Amino acid sequence: MAKKIALEMKGVTKTFGSVVANSNVDLTVYRGEILAVLGENGCGKTTLMNMIAGIYYPDAGNIFIDGQEVNITSPADAFAHGIGMIHQHFKLVDLFTAAENIILGNSSDERYSITKVIEEVKRIADKYGFRIDPKKKIYDMSVSEKQTVEIIKVLYRGADILILDEPSAVLTPQETDRLFEVLRKMREDGKSIIIITHKLHEVLSISDRVTILRKGEHIGTVNTAETNAEALTEMMVGRKVRLNIDRPLPQNVRDRLVVKNLSMTDAEGIKVLDNVSFTARSGEILGIAGIAGSGQRELLEAVAGLKQPEVGEIIFNRPKKNLPVSFYHKTLKEVVALAAEGKFHYEDGTPVDFTDMSRAQIRALVNGGKVLFNEDDVMDLRDKTPLQIREVGVRLSFVPEDRLGMGLVGNMDIVDNMMLRSYRKSNTAFVDRKRPSALADKVVRELEVVTPSTHTSVRRLSGGNVQKVLVGREIAAAPSVLMAAYPVRGLDINSSYTIYNLLTEQKKNGVAVVFVGEDLDVLLELCDRIMVICAGKITGIVDGRTVTKEEVGLLMTKTDISDEKEVL
Amino acid sequence: MMFLDYFLTSVALGMTFLLGCTGEILTEKVGHLNLGIPGIMCIGGASGCLALKFCHGLPGFLAVIIAILAAILGGAIMGAIYSFLTVTLKANQNVTGLAMTTFGVGVTKYIMNGMAINAYKNYLYALKYFRAPFSSAATGLKYWGIMMYLAIAIAIGAAYVLSRTRVGLHLRAVGENPATADAVGINVTAYKYGATCIGSAIAALGGLYYIMDFMGSVEAYKTIEALGWLSVALVIFTLWRPHISIFGSIIFGMLYLAGTRIPTLLGINLGMSATPLLQMLPYLVTIIVLIVVSVKNKKENQPPASLGLSYFREER
Repeated sequence: MAKKIALEMKGVTKTFGSVVANSNVDLTVYRGEILAVLGENGCGKTTLMNMIAGIYYPDAGNIFIDGQEVNITSPADAFAHGIGMIHQHFKLVDLFTAAENIILGNSSDERYSITKVIEEVKRIADKYGFRIDPKKKIYDMSVSEKQTVEIIKVLYRGADILILDEPSAVLTPQETDRLFEVLRKMREDGKSIIIITHKLHEVLSISDRVTILRKGEHIGTVNTAETNAEALTEMMVGRKVRLNIDRPLPQNVRDRLVVKNLSMTDAEGIKVLDNVSFTARSGEILGIAGIAGSGQRELLEAVAGLKQPEVGEIIFNRPKKNLPVSFYHKTLKEVVALAAEGKFHYEDGTPVDFTDMSRAQIRALVNGGKVLFNEDDVMDLRDKTPLQIREVGVRLSFVPEDRLGMGLVGNMDIVDNMMLRSYRKSNTAFVDRKRPSALADKVVRELEVVTPSTHTSVRRLSGGNVQKVLVGREIAAAPSVLMAAYPVRGLDINSSYTIYNLLTEQKKNGVAVVFVGEDLDVLLELCDRIMVICAGKITGIVDGRTVTKEEVGLLMTKTDISDEKEVL
Repeated sequence: MMFLDYFLTSVALGMTFLLGCTGEILTEKVGHLNLGIPGIMCIGGASGCLALKFCHGLPGFLAVIIAILAAILGGAIMGAIYSFLTVTLKANQNVTGLAMTTFGVGVTKYIMNGMAINAYKNYLYALKYFRAPFSSAATGLKYWGIMMYLAIAIAIGAAYVLSRTRVGLHLRAVGENPATADAVGINVTAYKYGATCIGSAIAALGGLYYIMDFMGSVEAYKTIEALGWLSVALVIFTLWRPHISIFGSIIFGMLYLAGTRIPTLLGINLGMSATPLLQMLPYLVTIIVLIVVSVKNKKENQPPASLGLSYFREER
């Protein structure tokens, strides 16, 4: 089969200031082929594609389309050459209908007529098997419907070369399958498709060839049929990486956080949580799976005390037994008072008696982790603010989805961000900077945060490093419940595995870990139990060791009344 | 008869609001909250009068044309300054707008102070023809003239362009989501400049209309600023729809005149203190509309999504 080259890049280089995003990259796409561009986050995949799409202009190198050298300086140029890019973040106007979005920016001489556009959209949809209502407004659409609009938008403009940036990141497995079916139909139709991804199984299932990038450089291009996941990972990371996550059996399991019949409505009166009940146990990782925006965020925020649910109970069994007392949550006075009540014991089981000790001795014992609690406390967390929750001594750590919005203050440095969790502890009018500073050093050292110093504003760190700072701080608080929402979003494969290992380590330390994830493969490998949430309802809690991806996928869309409604 | 006069006069007065409001809608539709509209309307009146002063002695018809062109030019220049500051330099829109108003009102005061009636009497004389066949009517109908029809035509035209044409679609896209518009190859900066300058020119016509057509006296420049703020309020009242603003402007005209007309109409004397209270009505109604719209919370009735935000291409 003599294949025709659709697009060719030769020696393309792009730098931003002193950062080299792409260096001397070659890439070839044939007609009627699906090429996967594989690489870790920040390896220059998107930058490379943006140069084809006319968003960036290469510093050096040439781009050829159908053998002709072309000069793409703007998105309009790219369209003129039949190149269409579907961005990871959809570029759609919410208030417009699908048809209006599809025609947007199209400046042909033809008279503007929305009815004609609608007919054309329907024709394209029939040809490739999309399901779409051209008159539906974008704000009424699901994520996969929006993606359909984006794809039809570039097809409408007559694109022959389609670039999809992480298309499956926001889709359920079923929706992804349907998307891939459409892509295969397009391939049969002679279109060239470039799909950017870092998910290996997708590469293997859909692509004909794979181009691998690492740190902006072209590592190699291989035929998908002749490779496997291990080989691809090695090319991607540059060394062998163990792809399976260590999952020890839960030890010393106790019910830590019990949520019963939780319901909550948002400001617009929509039910975001509907009768949610579950238990998070110490020593295990509870995964939460679901399509983005199904109520995961609201659930965690309700538990963390950031939102007030209307109905339901949030019960916390505060562990005391065998957990060290620390000054983090208590003043010296309180510790002495509790010791007098006989609530503490030493590691060997003997009761604590502080009566004859000096303050410095007590401090050394408590901070050294030698003093342990005796029993569990049952407490109600509902309708408590985060501060109240902390004041009653519940150690709840929350790694929110929005790192720089809710987790950290972007303009403050690492030390100051560490202090956000401890500034109240000081007994004087001045804040204690020493301990946060030491903690910052420790986090930077142990989690290998790449930063010029601990006094660099967090905003200037890369996504993975920001996340390490946040997770490091939350773990340092020695939590008994650790909730993490999408902690690896935007992180490269190495950082992701660092975070997974940190979570597993916490689990081994007896922490109840709640992990909201989007990559089902990871959820299945990491979690002991997986809770599936769909439109605010819990559709199932399954064993992470035995369940299959398809089963979880089905649960994720369970409450959809008709499967017909979904598009793609 | 008295009510009819009240109504017809209100319609004529309302055209001031209509022009200001249509101009502001165009600007807001590309995502720019132009609080400089009162100042721009003042400048419209002032530049019209200034042109008349320089072209002293022209025949009436030409005088009117020149005044209109001067007002359009004055408004467009103000719009261009505003666009340069907010689009190119990405200055804060509220601050820039307020500065434009302060500037416009001040400059107008300087130009208009002591302007002799001779300067613009040709224009007033010509109005008779522009207002045919009603120019000698006894009621408010006497104000109805070509400028008024022009105002309505502009509003209808703006509504048509916004909802039915490709340019309108692109313009709205820029105001809703400039990054999206940029990605599909729409020249965001050109649309922002274009809509702001055209909008400002339309608003400036409102100032000229009020001084010369409706009041027929340069002294009237003192009240334009207040009318300008009402025009901005009218934008919210009409939920960013130029065709609705035709009716909205008449309502605002009636409410504005209510303070002086309603007591006479009812034959009662409310005393001086009640008049300002009645003059509050347009603002009060705007607040009520805002509350109702907020409660209903319909996406179509919300301001353009990126209103008041500067667009940085590199920001992702």
